[in-house]
Amino acid sequence: MKHNRKVTVIGAALVIALFAGSVIGRRQVEAIQGPQATLDEVLYLPSGKTVKRLSLGYSSLMADIYWTRAVQYFGSRHLKHSGGYELLYPLLDITTDLDPQLIVAYESGSIFLSQRVPEGAGQPDKAAALVEKGIHANPSYWRLYFTLGFIHYMDRHDYKAAEQAFQKGSEVPGALPWMKVMAARMAEKGEDAETAAYLWKTIYDTTSDNMIKDNAAKHLISLRAEADMAELERRTQAYRERFGANPANWSELVRAGLLRGVPMDPNGAPYKLQPDGTVQVEDPSQYSYLEHHGQGPAR
Amino acid sequence: MTSRLSAITLNTFREAVRDRVLYNLVLFVLLLVASAPVISQISIGMEKLMLVNLGLSSISLFGVIIAIFVGIGLVSKEIEKKTLYTILSRPVRRWEFIAGKYLGLLLTLVVNAALMTVGFYVALLIFTHGLKAADGMLLVAIYFIILQFMMMVAITLLFSTFSTPIFSAIFAFSLFVIGTFGNDLRNFAAMSQGATRWLATAAAYAMPNFASLNVISQVAHEQSVGAQVVLFNTIYAALYSVAVTAAAVLVFERRNLK
Amino acid sequence: MGTLHFSDMHALEIQGLAKDYAVGFWKKTSRTALKSLHLNITQGETFGFLGPNGAGKTTTLKLLMGIIFPTSGTASILGRDIGDPEVKRKVGFLPEQPYFYDYLSAPELLDYYARLSGVPADARQKRIEELLERVGLRDVGNKQLRKFSKGMLQRVGIAQAIIHDPDIVFLDEPMSGLDPVGRHDVRELIQQLKDQGKTIFFSTHILSDAEALCDRVGIIHKGELRGVGVVNDFRSSVSDKTEVIWLGAAALASVTDLVSDTHITGDTVRGTVQSANLDRLLEKLRHQSARLISVTPINRTLEDYFLAQTQDKDKEEEKEAVRS
Repeated sequence: MKHNRKVTVIGAALVIALFAGSVIGRRQVEAIQGPQATLDEVLYLPSGKTVKRLSLGYSSLMADIYWTRAVQYFGSRHLKHSGGYELLYPLLDITTDLDPQLIVAYESGSIFLSQRVPEGAGQPDKAAALVEKGIHANPSYWRLYFTLGFIHYMDRHDYKAAEQAFQKGSEVPGALPWMKVMAARMAEKGEDAETAAYLWKTIYDTTSDNMIKDNAAKHLISLRAEADMAELERRTQAYRERFGANPANWSELVRAGLLRGVPMDPNGAPYKLQPDGTVQVEDPSQYSYLEHHGQGPAR
Repeated sequence: MTSRLSAITLNTFREAVRDRVLYNLVLFVLLLVASAPVISQISIGMEKLMLVNLGLSSISLFGVIIAIFVGIGLVSKEIEKKTLYTILSRPVRRWEFIAGKYLGLLLTLVVNAALMTVGFYVALLIFTHGLKAADGMLLVAIYFIILQFMMMVAITLLFSTFSTPIFSAIFAFSLFVIGTFGNDLRNFAAMSQGATRWLATAAAYAMPNFASLNVISQVAHEQSVGAQVVLFNTIYAALYSVAVTAAAVLVFERRNLK
Repeated sequence: MGTLHFSDMHALEIQGLAKDYAVGFWKKTSRTALKSLHLNITQGETFGFLGPNGAGKTTTLKLLMGIIFPTSGTASILGRDIGDPEVKRKVGFLPEQPYFYDYLSAPELLDYYARLSGVPADARQKRIEELLERVGLRDVGNKQLRKFSKGMLQRVGIAQAIIHDPDIVFLDEPMSGLDPVGRHDVRELIQQLKDQGKTIFFSTHILSDAEALCDRVGIIHKGELRGVGVVNDFRSSVSDKTEVIWLGAAALASVTDLVSDTHITGDTVRGTVQSANLDRLLEKLRHQSARLISVTPINRTLEDYFLAQTQDKDKEEEKEAVRS
């Protein structure tokens, strides 16, 4: 009559076991369907406006949900280097239709879009359009002009457009002074390693997305290595001019007073001096974005 | 045992019928009939798509509403009205009572959905002037809707064993909405870090996942659903339902009634 | 089928059954609904469970039916523990102010209950018809129970309590809400069940019903069983017993055949004698030079007994409370 403790414990254990079994079944389904399943609707929805109407007033919550889906969609492909980002733009478009003030969708989403395949979707034109949409809805958020300028400079190589973006951004009340500086650099220098490094550093410092941060870090060390190797090659050139032959190793350069010690790359490994006077990194696989002397960007 | 179990099941079904639950079918038919002219006007070439979306979504939604409204009272009403007194004075085991209530409401929902399916196919026939092989896939979507019912009935039944109707309704409805975004919940969890990630993942899996059971847009676009998906979804829904119902039995077995 | 009697088995055995409720918002305080109850009912007996409202009668029945669970103690019905669902095949229960599924008709309700109690399919239909006839509901047809009057519901209640021909029937206030005709019918029904040899346990606060039907009664008050008495002892208002008190314990030896229920305190003896034997006793005592203190006819009705059990104790408890 008084309840048997043992029976209750067994009962509870049974409930937990059954539940665990159900989770196993669910995970199987998730593995098969992948995150794709919920996204198929994206293809079939006429527009973000429709979704907005369907969300019955909870559109900003729906925006968050769509943003999360966009990040998941992008992230899984980015990590696997698999490409296939067709749904990214529609997802971002719907997200920003649902909540035009969701800045992170413009800022990070456009970077996801504009980066070269397979790091990103390789759609810089769409990316620029997205940012412009964001600027239109959030005219006082001057940092979007930075993102726009970044995309024009890095991925579209349209230095005029980049200059205009930075210029307009600098005119927004509250914009930091370096926006004006950047506008001037764009006008003056065009493609330039230092400018690129500065842009990537800004991205690295200001982004809230880990994938973008990692990517920026990769770009930065590649740029650093590029700059190092260019400088080192200038020194070997100087050596050749002085001594009529290429240096055999770093110590000769040191003895000649052209170098203070063995030069190390940003990862701490010594640069390799080639017999023809060119310089290479020890381990090119650690530098995704090198374009130096046929070493090319590592994959 | 089976005699008692089937008696309780059928009586629960009978109660729902006499409570005029099945009148919702009239509403369903009216909905299909009223939307027909609208559908053919607003979406040329997409009539079938819209009809399938509308029809299947209605079958799902109507059923969930019934599951909640009837489910919350399954046990609490009997306790409140003391009709349980003359049940428990008989050789009925408390678990048989819970199981019978579960099966009775599920039966009601299945019958309801079956009748709606017939109406739906009739509407489809009228619209498309003939069914195709792909229309068989629609039955898979309806099967998944029934799996969803299995889970919802278990949930409302569990709440009914210990909570008042109002709170049961709120909890059940909330779980339904959360379950609809089941995959997104899991995504949210995957995006967090550390201890939060663990907790969020546990919460995401504790919640029912109705998103995977919703293949309405898939079948609307005449895409097929894999056999493996059917199998594992069945396992998921069945085990989840049994687990929750077993929990309801545990609660009810120990409960001192009024 | 008649009821089986195993002379070595009680119909109902209650051993120390108790129920406390945790009350208050934090469930810290405890309210005792039933103090440790000990009671045995023999087969074929009709037992009345009497007590004011709130005494614990319904609590006891709910415990026996498994509607609530005891804090301590056990009980068995027809030799089986009350936790065993099988015992319920032979048990019938009519709760106080019963509520039935109002969307069913009387025959549907009885059929449902009969199925749950294990009445075989071929016997059901016949039994339902018989029973409806027996409780005076022959012409209700398919009317839904929501349209029944209180009296009709009570009749349905009795019908469902006996549809499966139980050996023991528990009735909680079976006369409540009935008009005099209804009460008479119920009394007759109970008498019929008695004649069939069934054990009947019914609770009530109407003493005249208990007097008319019961073999024994138990008085319960504030969760405690105050006393159990044989109804026949209360039946006549003409005293057939007399209480005699005298000084001279030595005299007791010669009158033991006449006196019962003796209490001796020092040299004083108190005893009960059948009124017919009173003169003989007095003569013998005189012969023994015993000194008479008092001669009082015992003149108790059930009502007196009931009041005595429920009120005196209250006064004693008050005194105790004041003293401590």
